[in-house]
Amino acid sequence: MFGSFIKKSRAKSPWIMHFDCGSCNGCDIEVLACLTPLYDVERFGIINVGNPKHADVLLVTGTVNHRNKKVLKNIYDQMPEPKAVIAIGACGTSGGVFREAYNVVGGVDKVIPVDVYVPGCPAKPEAIIDGVVAGLAKFAQKVEEAK
Amino acid sequence: MATTVIPFGPQHPVLPEPIHLTLKVEDEIVKEAVPALGYVHRGLEKLADIRDYHQMITVCERVCGICSMIHGTVYSQCVEELMGIEVTDRAKMLRVIWSELHRMHSHLLWLGLFADAFGFEALFMQFWKVRERIMDINEATAGSRVIVSVNIIGGVRADLSPEQIRWILSELDTAEQEIKALQDTIMNDYSVKSRTKGIGVMTYDQALELGAAGPTLRGSGVAQDMRMLGYGGYESLDFEPVTEPDGDCWSRSTVRFREVLQSIDLVRQAASKLPEGELAVKVKGNPPEGEVYQRVEQPRGECVYYVRGNGTKHLDRLRIRTPTFANIPPLLHMVPGCELADVPVIVLSIDPCISCTER
Repeated sequence: MFGSFIKKSRAKSPWIMHFDCGSCNGCDIEVLACLTPLYDVERFGIINVGNPKHADVLLVTGTVNHRNKKVLKNIYDQMPEPKAVIAIGACGTSGGVFREAYNVVGGVDKVIPVDVYVPGCPAKPEAIIDGVVAGLAKFAQKVEEAK
Repeated sequence: MATTVIPFGPQHPVLPEPIHLTLKVEDEIVKEAVPALGYVHRGLEKLADIRDYHQMITVCERVCGICSMIHGTVYSQCVEELMGIEVTDRAKMLRVIWSELHRMHSHLLWLGLFADAFGFEALFMQFWKVRERIMDINEATAGSRVIVSVNIIGGVRADLSPEQIRWILSELDTAEQEIKALQDTIMNDYSVKSRTKGIGVMTYDQALELGAAGPTLRGSGVAQDMRMLGYGGYESLDFEPVTEPDGDCWSRSTVRFREVLQSIDLVRQAASKLPEGELAVKVKGNPPEGEVYQRVEQPRGECVYYVRGNGTKHLDRLRIRTPTFANIPPLLHMVPGCELADVPVIVLSIDPCISCTER
Protein backbone atom coordinates (compact mmCIF):
# COMPACT_ATOMS: atom_id res chain seq x y z
CA MET A 1 0.00 0.00 0.00
CA PHE A 2 2.80 2.38 0.93
CA GLY A 3 4.58 1.61 -2.35
CA SER A 4 1.61 2.60 -4.46
CA PHE A 5 1.26 5.84 -2.45
CA ILE A 6 4.87 6.78 -3.21
CA LYS A 7 4.39 5.80 -6.84
CA LYS A 8 1.36 8.07 -7.18
CA SER A 9 2.75 11.08 -5.35
CA ARG A 10 6.12 10.93 -7.05
CA ALA A 11 4.72 11.79 -10.46
CA LYS A 12 2.09 14.17 -9.01
CA SER A 13 4.55 16.29 -7.06
CA PRO A 14 8.00 16.11 -8.65
CA TRP A 15 10.93 17.84 -6.99
CA ILE A 16 13.26 19.56 -9.35
CA MET A 17 16.90 20.44 -9.00
CA HIS A 18 18.69 23.00 -11.10
CA PHE A 19 22.36 22.74 -11.99
CA ASP A 20 24.15 25.49 -13.89
CA CYS A 21 26.68 23.71 -16.04
CA GLY A 22 28.55 26.58 -17.65
CA SER A 23 25.65 28.68 -18.83
CA CYS A 24 25.71 32.46 -19.34
CA ASN A 25 23.07 32.93 -16.57
CA GLY A 26 20.37 33.79 -19.09
CA CYS A 27 18.65 30.41 -18.76
CA ASP A 28 19.38 30.18 -15.02
CA ILE A 29 17.51 33.34 -14.19
CA GLU A 30 14.64 32.19 -16.38
CA VAL A 31 14.52 28.90 -14.45
CA LEU A 32 14.40 30.93 -11.23
CA ALA A 33 11.76 33.21 -12.76
CA CYS A 34 9.54 30.11 -13.18
CA LEU A 35 9.44 29.82 -9.38
CA THR A 36 8.47 33.44 -8.74
CA PRO A 37 4.95 34.94 -8.56
CA LEU A 38 4.27 35.54 -12.25
CA TYR A 39 4.86 31.92 -13.37
CA ASP A 40 4.83 30.13 -10.00
CA VAL A 41 5.31 26.44 -10.81
CA GLU A 42 4.87 25.64 -7.12
CA ARG A 43 1.10 25.68 -7.70
CA PHE A 44 1.60 22.43 -9.69
CA GLY A 45 3.38 20.82 -6.75
CA ILE A 46 6.84 21.40 -8.21
CA ILE A 47 9.41 22.37 -5.60
CA ASN A 48 12.98 23.46 -6.20
CA VAL A 49 15.42 21.58 -3.97
CA GLY A 50 19.16 21.94 -3.47
CA ASN A 51 20.05 18.36 -2.70
CA PRO A 52 20.36 15.87 -5.59
CA LYS A 53 19.32 13.03 -3.25
CA HIS A 54 15.88 14.64 -2.87
CA ALA A 55 15.35 15.41 -6.55
CA ASP A 56 13.31 13.63 -9.23
CA VAL A 57 13.94 15.92 -12.17
CA LEU A 58 17.26 17.55 -13.05
CA LEU A 59 17.22 20.82 -15.00
CA VAL A 60 20.57 21.49 -16.65
CA THR A 61 21.46 24.78 -18.30
CA GLY A 62 24.56 25.58 -20.28
CA THR A 63 27.39 23.84 -22.06
CA VAL A 64 29.45 21.04 -20.58
CA ASN A 65 33.17 21.73 -20.22
CA HIS A 66 36.07 19.54 -19.20
CA ARG A 67 35.96 20.62 -15.57
CA ASN A 68 32.26 20.45 -14.77
CA LYS A 69 31.42 17.23 -16.61
CA LYS A 70 32.56 15.27 -13.55
CA VAL A 71 30.35 17.41 -11.31
CA LEU A 72 27.37 16.90 -13.62
CA LYS A 73 27.89 13.13 -13.74
CA ASN A 74 28.31 13.04 -9.97
CA ILE A 75 25.05 14.93 -9.38
CA TYR A 76 23.19 12.72 -11.84
CA ASP A 77 24.48 9.56 -10.14
CA GLN A 78 23.40 10.82 -6.71
CA MET A 79 19.78 11.21 -7.78
CA PRO A 80 17.56 8.24 -6.92
CA GLU A 81 15.90 6.21 -9.68
CA PRO A 82 13.62 6.87 -11.51
CA LYS A 83 14.77 10.28 -12.72
CA ALA A 84 14.37 12.61 -15.68
CA VAL A 85 16.80 15.12 -17.18
CA ILE A 86 15.77 18.29 -19.01
CA ALA A 87 18.40 20.20 -21.00
CA ILE A 88 17.53 23.90 -21.19
CA GLY A 89 18.59 26.40 -23.81
CA ALA A 90 20.62 26.20 -26.99
CA CYS A 91 23.81 25.58 -24.99
CA GLY A 92 22.35 22.66 -23.06
CA THR A 93 21.04 20.98 -26.18
CA SER A 94 24.03 21.35 -28.50
CA GLY A 95 26.61 23.80 -27.17
CA GLY A 96 24.87 26.75 -28.81
CA VAL A 97 26.93 29.79 -29.66
CA PHE A 98 29.94 28.36 -27.82
CA ARG A 99 30.04 24.98 -29.58
CA GLU A 100 33.35 25.78 -31.34
CA ALA A 101 35.13 27.14 -28.25
CA TYR A 102 38.14 25.12 -27.14
CA ASN A 103 36.94 24.24 -23.66
CA VAL A 104 33.42 23.16 -24.62
CA VAL A 105 32.57 19.47 -24.82
CA GLY A 106 29.09 20.08 -26.24
CA GLY A 107 25.54 19.58 -25.06
CA VAL A 108 24.46 17.88 -21.85
CA ASP A 109 23.71 14.62 -23.72
CA LYS A 110 27.46 14.06 -24.19
CA VAL A 111 27.67 13.17 -20.48
CA ILE A 112 24.26 12.05 -19.21
CA PRO A 113 21.08 10.81 -20.94
CA VAL A 114 18.61 13.62 -21.65
CA ASP A 115 14.82 13.16 -21.83
CA VAL A 116 13.62 16.59 -23.00
CA TYR A 117 15.36 19.40 -24.87
CA VAL A 118 14.09 22.97 -24.42
CA PRO A 119 15.23 25.32 -27.20
CA GLY A 120 15.81 29.07 -26.96
CA CYS A 121 18.64 31.43 -26.16
CA PRO A 122 17.69 32.03 -23.44
CA ALA A 123 14.68 29.74 -23.15
CA LYS A 124 11.58 31.64 -22.05
CA PRO A 125 9.88 30.63 -18.79
CA GLU A 126 6.84 29.47 -20.77
CA ALA A 127 9.09 27.16 -22.82
CA ILE A 128 10.77 25.84 -19.67
CA ILE A 129 7.41 25.08 -18.04
CA ASP A 130 6.31 23.36 -21.25
CA GLY A 131 9.52 21.32 -21.21
CA VAL A 132 9.01 20.35 -17.58
CA VAL A 133 5.45 19.21 -18.34
CA ALA A 134 6.75 17.07 -21.22
CA GLY A 135 9.47 15.74 -18.93
CA LEU A 136 6.92 14.84 -16.26
CA ALA A 137 4.99 12.66 -18.72
CA LYS A 138 8.19 10.73 -19.39
CA PHE A 139 8.94 10.64 -15.68
CA ALA A 140 5.48 9.22 -14.88
CA GLN A 141 6.08 6.53 -17.47
CA LYS A 142 9.41 5.66 -15.85
CA VAL A 143 7.69 5.47 -12.44
CA GLU A 144 5.13 3.09 -13.96
CA GLU A 145 7.86 0.89 -15.44
CA ALA A 146 9.88 0.73 -12.22
CA LYS A 147 7.91 -2.23 -10.76
CA MET B 1 41.05 23.39 18.23
CA ALA B 2 40.72 20.94 15.38
CA THR B 3 40.21 22.31 11.87
CA THR B 4 37.34 21.00 9.78
CA VAL B 5 37.25 21.41 6.03
CA ILE B 6 33.83 22.15 4.56
CA PRO B 7 33.30 22.31 0.80
CA PHE B 8 30.96 25.09 -0.38
CA GLY B 9 29.72 24.59 -3.94
CA PRO B 10 30.03 24.10 -6.89
CA GLN B 11 26.39 23.10 -6.64
CA HIS B 12 24.80 24.96 -3.73
CA PRO B 13 21.19 26.09 -3.18
CA VAL B 14 22.03 29.80 -2.76
CA LEU B 15 24.38 29.89 -5.71
CA PRO B 16 22.84 30.18 -9.13
CA GLU B 17 26.28 29.49 -10.56
CA PRO B 18 29.10 27.07 -9.85
CA ILE B 19 31.94 28.39 -7.72
CA HIS B 20 33.77 26.27 -5.21
CA LEU B 21 35.10 27.51 -1.86
CA THR B 22 37.05 25.27 0.47
CA LEU B 23 36.24 26.59 3.95
CA LYS B 24 38.60 25.79 6.82
CA VAL B 25 36.46 25.98 9.94
CA GLU B 26 37.34 25.99 13.64
CA ASP B 27 34.21 25.49 15.73
CA GLU B 28 31.71 27.70 13.87
CA ILE B 29 34.26 30.32 12.80
CA VAL B 30 35.67 30.28 9.27
CA LYS B 31 39.45 30.70 9.35
CA GLU B 32 40.30 30.51 5.67
CA ALA B 33 38.56 30.32 2.30
CA VAL B 34 40.27 28.93 -0.79
CA PRO B 35 38.45 29.45 -4.10
CA ALA B 36 38.45 27.08 -7.07
CA LEU B 37 37.25 28.42 -10.39
CA GLY B 38 36.92 27.10 -13.92
CA TYR B 39 33.51 25.41 -13.90
CA VAL B 40 32.08 27.88 -16.43
CA HIS B 41 35.17 28.50 -18.55
CA ARG B 42 34.24 28.25 -22.23
CA GLY B 43 37.08 30.15 -23.87
CA LEU B 44 34.93 32.62 -25.76
CA GLU B 45 37.66 35.22 -26.26
CA LYS B 46 39.25 32.75 -28.64
CA LEU B 47 36.03 32.58 -30.68
CA ALA B 48 37.16 35.88 -32.25
CA ASP B 49 39.31 33.69 -34.54
CA ILE B 50 36.23 31.91 -35.90
CA ARG B 51 33.49 34.55 -35.82
CA ASP B 52 33.84 37.87 -37.65
CA TYR B 53 33.57 41.19 -35.83
CA HIS B 54 29.81 41.51 -36.42
CA GLN B 55 29.07 37.99 -35.17
CA MET B 56 31.18 38.58 -32.07
CA ILE B 57 28.45 40.86 -30.66
CA THR B 58 26.26 37.78 -30.29
CA VAL B 59 29.06 36.02 -28.42
CA CYS B 60 29.91 39.03 -26.23
CA GLU B 61 26.26 39.39 -25.19
CA ARG B 62 26.48 35.84 -23.89
CA VAL B 63 29.52 36.50 -21.68
CA CYS B 64 26.87 37.02 -19.02
CA GLY B 65 23.14 36.88 -19.53
CA ILE B 66 22.34 39.25 -16.68
CA CYS B 67 24.39 42.19 -17.97
CA SER B 68 24.28 41.20 -21.65
CA MET B 69 23.19 44.62 -22.91
CA ILE B 70 26.22 46.32 -21.38
CA HIS B 71 28.64 43.71 -22.76
CA GLY B 72 27.17 44.30 -26.21
CA THR B 73 27.44 48.07 -25.80
CA VAL B 74 31.07 48.09 -24.71
CA TYR B 75 32.11 45.70 -27.47
CA SER B 76 30.34 47.88 -30.06
CA GLN B 77 31.95 51.01 -28.61
CA CYS B 78 35.40 49.38 -28.92
CA VAL B 79 34.97 48.36 -32.56
CA GLU B 80 33.37 51.72 -33.42
CA GLU B 81 36.33 53.60 -31.91
CA LEU B 82 38.77 51.31 -33.74
CA MET B 83 37.02 51.89 -37.08
CA GLY B 84 36.42 55.60 -36.44
CA ILE B 85 32.62 55.38 -36.61
CA GLU B 86 30.65 58.23 -35.07
CA VAL B 87 27.42 56.87 -33.58
CA THR B 88 24.36 59.14 -33.62
CA ASP B 89 23.20 60.75 -30.40
CA ARG B 90 19.87 58.93 -30.61
CA ALA B 91 21.58 55.54 -30.74
CA LYS B 92 23.75 56.50 -27.74
CA MET B 93 20.71 57.53 -25.71
CA LEU B 94 18.78 54.38 -26.65
CA ARG B 95 21.75 52.33 -25.47
CA VAL B 96 21.64 54.21 -22.15
CA ILE B 97 17.93 53.43 -21.73
CA TRP B 98 18.37 49.69 -22.28
CA SER B 99 21.57 49.63 -20.19
CA GLU B 100 19.79 51.21 -17.24
CA LEU B 101 16.84 48.83 -17.62
CA HIS B 102 19.37 46.00 -17.49
CA ARG B 103 20.99 47.44 -14.39
CA MET B 104 17.60 47.62 -12.71
CA HIS B 105 16.68 44.05 -13.50
CA SER B 106 20.12 42.84 -12.43
CA HIS B 107 19.95 44.67 -9.09
CA LEU B 108 16.36 43.56 -8.41
CA LEU B 109 17.38 39.99 -9.18
CA TRP B 110 20.31 40.32 -6.81
CA LEU B 111 18.22 41.88 -4.02
CA GLY B 112 15.88 38.90 -4.29
CA LEU B 113 18.68 36.34 -4.19
CA PHE B 114 20.26 38.20 -1.28
CA ALA B 115 16.99 38.03 0.67
CA ASP B 116 16.83 34.32 -0.14
CA ALA B 117 20.40 33.87 1.16
CA PHE B 118 19.34 34.86 4.67
CA GLY B 119 16.11 32.92 4.38
CA PHE B 120 13.61 35.71 3.72
CA GLU B 121 11.72 34.02 0.91
CA ALA B 122 8.76 36.41 0.88
CA LEU B 123 11.07 39.32 0.13
CA PHE B 124 12.72 37.29 -2.65
CA MET B 125 9.33 36.79 -4.28
CA GLN B 126 8.44 40.48 -3.89
CA PHE B 127 11.62 41.71 -5.60
CA TRP B 128 11.21 39.23 -8.45
CA LYS B 129 7.61 40.29 -8.88
CA VAL B 130 8.69 43.88 -9.46
CA ARG B 131 11.44 42.68 -11.77
CA GLU B 132 8.90 41.14 -14.13
CA ARG B 133 7.78 44.66 -15.08
CA ILE B 134 11.28 45.41 -16.33
CA MET B 135 11.38 42.08 -18.19
CA ASP B 136 8.05 42.97 -19.84
CA ILE B 137 9.55 46.28 -21.01
CA ASN B 138 12.54 44.42 -22.48
CA GLU B 139 10.30 41.93 -24.24
CA ALA B 140 7.92 44.55 -25.61
CA THR B 141 10.67 46.83 -26.92
CA ALA B 142 13.40 44.44 -28.05
CA GLY B 143 11.63 41.10 -28.43
CA SER B 144 13.55 39.17 -25.78
CA ARG B 145 13.37 39.11 -22.02
CA VAL B 146 16.96 38.65 -20.94
CA ILE B 147 19.36 39.00 -23.86
CA VAL B 148 17.89 42.00 -25.67
CA SER B 149 20.48 42.07 -28.51
CA VAL B 150 19.80 45.64 -29.61
CA ASN B 151 23.41 46.56 -30.35
CA ILE B 152 24.93 46.44 -33.79
CA ILE B 153 28.23 47.95 -34.89
CA GLY B 154 27.32 51.56 -35.71
CA GLY B 155 24.23 51.93 -33.55
CA VAL B 156 21.15 50.02 -32.44
CA ARG B 157 18.70 47.88 -34.37
CA ALA B 158 15.50 48.72 -32.49
CA ASP B 159 13.77 52.03 -31.92
CA LEU B 160 11.47 53.36 -29.23
CA SER B 161 8.35 55.16 -30.46
CA PRO B 162 6.87 58.04 -28.38
CA GLU B 163 3.99 55.73 -27.32
CA GLN B 164 6.44 53.08 -26.15
CA ILE B 165 8.37 55.67 -24.14
CA ARG B 166 5.17 56.90 -22.50
CA TRP B 167 4.29 53.30 -21.62
CA ILE B 168 7.81 52.59 -20.28
CA LEU B 169 7.67 55.70 -18.07
CA SER B 170 4.26 54.77 -16.68
CA GLU B 171 5.47 51.20 -15.98
CA LEU B 172 8.53 52.65 -14.23
CA ASP B 173 6.31 54.91 -12.09
CA THR B 174 4.44 51.83 -10.89
CA ALA B 175 7.67 49.88 -10.40
CA GLU B 176 9.15 52.76 -8.39
CA GLN B 177 6.20 52.75 -5.99
CA GLU B 178 6.43 48.97 -5.59
CA ILE B 179 10.19 49.12 -4.97
CA LYS B 180 9.81 51.93 -2.43
CA ALA B 181 7.25 49.84 -0.58
CA LEU B 182 10.03 47.27 0.02
CA GLN B 183 12.58 49.87 1.17
CA ASP B 184 11.63 49.73 4.82
CA THR B 185 11.99 45.94 4.94
CA ILE B 186 15.39 45.62 3.26
CA MET B 187 16.91 48.60 5.12
CA ASN B 188 15.28 48.74 8.54
CA ASP B 189 13.81 45.35 9.39
CA TYR B 190 15.26 44.03 12.65
CA SER B 191 15.91 40.47 11.48
CA VAL B 192 17.37 41.61 8.14
CA LYS B 193 19.70 43.99 9.95
CA SER B 194 20.81 41.30 12.38
CA ARG B 195 21.92 39.13 9.45
CA THR B 196 23.61 41.91 7.45
CA LYS B 197 24.83 44.72 9.77
CA GLY B 198 28.49 44.37 10.68
CA ILE B 199 28.90 41.17 8.60
CA GLY B 200 31.76 40.93 6.11
CA VAL B 201 33.22 44.35 6.85
CA MET B 202 35.66 45.94 4.40
CA THR B 203 36.94 49.44 5.20
CA TYR B 204 37.58 52.30 2.75
CA ASP B 205 41.34 51.67 2.64
CA GLN B 206 40.99 47.91 2.33
CA ALA B 207 38.54 48.30 -0.55
CA LEU B 208 41.05 50.42 -2.46
CA GLU B 209 43.96 48.16 -1.57
CA LEU B 210 42.17 44.94 -2.58
CA GLY B 211 40.96 46.50 -5.82
CA ALA B 212 37.21 46.09 -5.34
CA ALA B 213 34.86 47.29 -8.07
CA GLY B 214 31.33 48.55 -8.44
CA PRO B 215 28.76 48.43 -5.63
CA THR B 216 31.21 46.42 -3.50
CA LEU B 217 33.61 49.37 -3.68
CA ARG B 218 30.89 52.01 -3.27
CA GLY B 219 29.53 50.09 -0.28
CA SER B 220 32.83 50.96 1.44
CA GLY B 221 32.39 54.68 0.79
CA VAL B 222 34.51 55.09 -2.35
CA ALA B 223 32.67 57.27 -4.88
CA GLN B 224 33.88 55.60 -8.06
CA ASP B 225 31.53 54.92 -10.94
CA MET B 226 32.71 54.43 -14.53
CA ARG B 227 29.56 56.16 -15.80
CA MET B 228 31.12 59.39 -14.48
CA LEU B 229 33.64 59.09 -17.36
CA GLY B 230 30.76 60.12 -19.61
CA TYR B 231 31.02 57.34 -22.19
CA GLY B 232 28.12 56.81 -24.59
CA GLY B 233 25.25 59.07 -23.69
CA TYR B 234 26.07 59.42 -20.00
CA GLU B 235 27.90 62.76 -20.46
CA SER B 236 24.59 64.61 -20.84
CA LEU B 237 22.92 62.95 -17.82
CA ASP B 238 23.05 64.24 -14.29
CA PHE B 239 23.80 61.83 -11.45
CA GLU B 240 26.07 61.18 -8.48
CA PRO B 241 27.61 57.82 -7.51
CA VAL B 242 25.67 56.13 -4.70
CA THR B 243 27.87 55.38 -1.67
CA GLU B 244 27.41 53.99 1.82
CA PRO B 245 30.16 54.35 4.44
CA ASP B 246 30.04 51.15 6.53
CA GLY B 247 31.45 48.50 4.16
CA ASP B 248 29.29 45.64 5.49
CA CYS B 249 26.67 43.50 3.75
CA TRP B 250 23.94 45.99 4.70
CA SER B 251 25.82 48.84 2.98
CA ARG B 252 26.31 46.84 -0.19
CA SER B 253 22.65 45.89 -0.38
CA THR B 254 21.60 49.49 0.33
CA VAL B 255 23.90 50.77 -2.43
CA ARG B 256 22.24 48.43 -4.90
CA PHE B 257 18.77 49.31 -3.68
CA ARG B 258 19.45 53.02 -4.13
CA GLU B 259 21.00 52.38 -7.54
CA VAL B 260 17.74 50.84 -8.75
CA LEU B 261 15.99 54.13 -7.95
CA GLN B 262 18.88 56.02 -9.56
CA SER B 263 18.51 53.96 -12.74
CA ILE B 264 14.80 54.79 -12.90
CA ASP B 265 15.78 58.45 -12.71
CA LEU B 266 18.41 57.99 -15.45
CA VAL B 267 15.88 56.33 -17.78
CA ARG B 268 13.54 59.28 -17.21
CA GLN B 269 16.32 61.76 -17.97
CA ALA B 270 17.41 59.84 -21.07
CA ALA B 271 13.83 59.58 -22.32
CA SER B 272 13.31 63.33 -21.90
CA LYS B 273 16.55 64.12 -23.75
CA LEU B 274 16.13 61.55 -26.54
CA PRO B 275 17.23 63.40 -29.71
CA GLU B 276 15.94 62.76 -33.23
CA GLY B 277 18.23 61.03 -35.69
CA GLU B 278 19.27 57.86 -37.44
CA LEU B 279 19.44 54.60 -35.50
CA ALA B 280 22.59 53.21 -37.07
CA VAL B 281 25.45 54.32 -39.28
CA LYS B 282 26.36 52.19 -42.28
CA VAL B 283 29.55 50.24 -41.63
CA LYS B 284 31.96 49.43 -44.44
CA GLY B 285 35.21 47.47 -44.45
CA ASN B 286 37.09 45.69 -41.72
CA PRO B 287 38.59 46.96 -38.46
CA PRO B 288 42.04 48.42 -39.23
CA GLU B 289 45.25 47.62 -37.35
CA GLY B 290 45.23 49.21 -33.93
CA GLU B 291 44.06 48.67 -30.39
CA VAL B 292 41.34 50.14 -28.20
CA TYR B 293 40.50 50.08 -24.49
CA GLN B 294 37.05 50.83 -23.13
CA ARG B 295 35.85 50.99 -19.54
CA VAL B 296 32.17 50.89 -18.64
CA GLU B 297 30.10 50.41 -15.52
CA GLN B 298 28.27 47.11 -15.35
CA PRO B 299 25.72 46.32 -12.64
CA ARG B 300 28.60 44.61 -10.82
CA GLY B 301 31.26 47.24 -11.41
CA GLU B 302 33.95 48.26 -13.81
CA CYS B 303 34.27 46.18 -16.99
CA VAL B 304 37.25 46.58 -19.31
CA TYR B 305 37.37 45.51 -22.94
CA TYR B 306 40.53 45.44 -25.04
CA VAL B 307 40.23 44.96 -28.79
CA ARG B 308 43.06 44.66 -31.31
CA GLY B 309 42.35 44.64 -35.03
CA ASN B 310 44.58 43.43 -37.85
CA GLY B 311 42.84 44.62 -40.99
CA THR B 312 40.86 41.41 -41.55
CA LYS B 313 37.28 40.71 -40.60
CA HIS B 314 38.47 38.71 -37.58
CA LEU B 315 39.80 40.53 -34.53
CA ASP B 316 43.37 39.81 -33.58
CA ARG B 317 42.63 39.78 -29.86
CA LEU B 318 39.67 40.33 -27.60
CA ARG B 319 40.31 40.62 -23.89
CA ILE B 320 37.60 41.05 -21.27
CA ARG B 321 38.17 41.90 -17.62
CA THR B 322 35.03 41.68 -15.58
CA PRO B 323 34.09 43.09 -12.16
CA THR B 324 33.61 39.82 -10.28
CA PHE B 325 37.22 38.92 -11.03
CA ALA B 326 38.22 42.12 -9.20
CA ASN B 327 35.81 41.35 -6.35
CA ILE B 328 37.13 37.89 -5.49
CA PRO B 329 40.16 39.14 -3.44
CA PRO B 330 37.83 41.35 -1.31
CA LEU B 331 35.56 38.31 -0.82
CA LEU B 332 38.47 36.20 0.43
CA HIS B 333 39.32 39.02 2.81
CA MET B 334 35.74 39.28 4.15
CA VAL B 335 35.09 35.59 4.79
CA PRO B 336 37.76 34.72 7.44
CA GLY B 337 36.45 35.42 10.93
CA CYS B 338 32.77 35.12 10.06
CA GLU B 339 30.40 32.40 11.18
CA LEU B 340 29.73 29.51 8.83
CA ALA B 341 26.06 30.48 8.49
CA ASP B 342 27.05 33.93 7.21
CA VAL B 343 29.15 32.60 4.32
CA PRO B 344 26.25 32.51 1.78
CA VAL B 345 25.29 36.09 2.70
CA ILE B 346 28.87 37.35 2.30
CA VAL B 347 29.45 35.46 -0.96
CA LEU B 348 26.27 36.92 -2.42
CA SER B 349 27.06 40.43 -1.15
CA ILE B 350 29.71 40.90 -3.87
CA ASP B 351 27.09 39.86 -6.47
CA PRO B 352 29.21 37.08 -7.95
CA CYS B 353 28.85 36.55 -11.68
CA ILE B 354 30.95 33.50 -12.38
CA SER B 355 30.18 33.25 -16.09
CA CYS B 356 31.62 36.77 -16.49
CA THR B 357 34.69 35.91 -14.46
CA GLU B 358 35.58 32.75 -16.32
CA ARG B 359 34.07 33.52 -19.72
